[in-house]
Amino acid sequence: MRYVDEFRDGDLARHLAAAIGSEAQGTRRYHLMEFCGGHTHAISRYGLGDLLPPSVHMIHGPGCPVCVLPIGRIDQAIRLALEHRVTLCSYGDCLRVPASLGLSLLKAKAQGADVRMVYAVTDALELARQNSERQVVFLAIGFETTTPPTAVAVQQAAASGLKNFSVLCNHVLTPAAMHAILASPAGVRLDGFIGPAHVSTVIGSRPYEPFARDHGKPVVIAGFEPLDVMQAVLMLVRQINTGRAEVENEFTRAVTPEGNLKAQAIVNEVFELRDGFEWRGLGSLPKSALKLRPRYADFDAEARFGVGYVPVPDNKACECGAILRGEKRPQDCRIFGTACTPDRPVGSCMVSAEGACAAHYTYGRFQGPATTVAREEMQ
Amino acid sequence: MSIDLHHGRVEMNHGSGGRAMAQLIDELFARQFANDYLAQGNDGAMLPAPAGRLVMSTDSHVVSPLFFPGGNIGSLSVHGTVNDVAMMGARPLYLAASFILEEGFPLADLLRIVESMAHAAAGAGVSIVTGDTKVVEKGKGDGVFITTTGVGVVRDGIILSGNLACPGDKVLLSGSIGEHGMAILSQREGLSFDTGIVSDSAPLNGLVEAMLDSGSRLRALRDPTRGGLATTLNELAKQSGVGMRLDEAAIPVCPAVSAACEFLGLDPCYIANEGKLVAICEPQDADRLLAAMRGHPLGQNAAIIGEVVDDRNGFIQMTTRMGGRRILDWLSGEPLPRIC
Ligand code: SF4
Repeated sequence: MRYVDEFRDGDLARHLAAAIGSEAQGTRRYHLMEFCGGHTHAISRYGLGDLLPPSVHMIHGPGCPVCVLPIGRIDQAIRLALEHRVTLCSYGDCLRVPASLGLSLLKAKAQGADVRMVYAVTDALELARQNSERQVVFLAIGFETTTPPTAVAVQQAAASGLKNFSVLCNHVLTPAAMHAILASPAGVRLDGFIGPAHVSTVIGSRPYEPFARDHGKPVVIAGFEPLDVMQAVLMLVRQINTGRAEVENEFTRAVTPEGNLKAQAIVNEVFELRDGFEWRGLGSLPKSALKLRPRYADFDAEARFGVGYVPVPDNKACECGAILRGEKRPQDCRIFGTACTPDRPVGSCMVSAEGACAAHYTYGRFQGPATTVAREEMQ
Repeated sequence: MSIDLHHGRVEMNHGSGGRAMAQLIDELFARQFANDYLAQGNDGAMLPAPAGRLVMSTDSHVVSPLFFPGGNIGSLSVHGTVNDVAMMGARPLYLAASFILEEGFPLADLLRIVESMAHAAAGAGVSIVTGDTKVVEKGKGDGVFITTTGVGVVRDGIILSGNLACPGDKVLLSGSIGEHGMAILSQREGLSFDTGIVSDSAPLNGLVEAMLDSGSRLRALRDPTRGGLATTLNELAKQSGVGMRLDEAAIPVCPAVSAACEFLGLDPCYIANEGKLVAICEPQDADRLLAAMRGHPLGQNAAIIGEVVDDRNGFIQMTTRMGGRRILDWLSGEPLPRIC
């Protein structure tokens, strides 16, 4: 119970803000990317931008699992549900992501598909156990934090010889996305990263070392509480001011250089690297995502049902790609807040609370210039 | 032979108008709700007409689980309608109650529900004067649905309406938020965690009387039920064509609710309440109103949480505990726990 208050202490925030304000040099710019949607959400929800000096610019990164999933991946899930008549389980946000033909998993459900919202992969596994006559497919998404539970579920399904459970695997890797960002024009301009704490508890801090060592970009791994973010900004400003580029850890509570070896071993036992995987905004990135190992092919929904991935371009008006690369801000999209809102999302960044557009719409749009583009322009 | 209220179950004939139904009404409803109007035993209740303006409100209650820490669907169905009537500045007098029962529902559970309705009605000083019972086949209901309709009378000179908020007015809240919704959520299957959170379900008419007695010039009252504080404030702002500025640090939230919200990735401002109200009042009277609220047991933790401002966008803007600003927006979609 004390935890929340401890980390919400407004006085501490003001203290950190004052330190950042006095240490950040007015003569230069600090372009800092918070990689993870959890940080994007915290920054918007607590209005942290108001506490930073004008020289510090926070740039939203691609670390939102729902946002980076391209349309073609949702299409695959919809095909499984509508054509193969499976029971398709996923997290709530995935159900609302717009897909091809004006569909989403929720709309497919309205057309009679058996689509279920679950809170965890274990719910899907349980559903399979209790409904042996139904094929249950779990649409697995997420970075390294959600991968171990999926791996464990596959192991359990295999151990109990479950014949009606499979996974549509869309697990992706944080370091691969960071490499892609750094290779893009927006990435070159970056002065530092805030790294995601939860992911780092699994993979450790070592995978970030190339960003500091080879690219000269400081990385501070930080928790998701607002004070964690403020502390990380201060640590980045200090590294930049002194010309250092190191991997530092604000979130000392649980992150080690090696990470969680046991979780890594389980993931490694079940999954292997895909040669390539298409990300929304970042394009097809080599070795950036996971698939089930051949020995678990029975639990691979893509193989079991023969639903291949077909790439589909984003909506023409949607700037999600540029936003996910850190090149644009939500308010730069012509249809932000007009044709695209959390109630009627056009792009994936407007769906999840951790998406940059949804966060800005929900918490920050009083600041943006009033958008005047008519709703009709979109249709 | 009387009905076995301890082991029996609801049967189709309890709603079919025959002897079984009459017996259920006599031995359960009439006994628990006993009052002169109900005792008339007619199709409707004949009531004395009070002087002044009447307020009427109705609400259907479907809640899962039916029993939760701090109440059950019975007490909730009384408080919900009593509070809706009270938010109009009226003194609730009479309630009508309609039950839709699912075949097979344990009569012992129904007894508990009806007992707590009777208790809640007595606590709120209202009489349940007429009612109806229907039974649906097993699988076609969710145990019990209860619709209550309330009638109350407004004292002279009081006009409260959601469209009367003006820039400069103060926004007051009667106590800590999120307890009802969290009590329910913590009981739901799949989200079972023991938080010790108890629903705040309570009749607010006494608190409203105390507020009116203080002579403060109120513009509007509203109880932030479904959708929570954020939704209620957005509704008021929209109705009045204004915006609001809030101070998050002034909004009371008990530690257990804030910890549970943190855990589930929810915002207490969107969680339902069943025993709290929001008041908009003229700025000069805010302190007097606050004192009156704090003097009532259901308003002990009342606070001034912000003010009404001119804003053509109708934004509810809030200074966070961290000192930054954000919007407290309309809810979009269901307030579901965050995934990762
Ligand atoms: S506002 Fe909507 S369409 Fe525009 S970039 Fe954001 S999510 Fe995509």
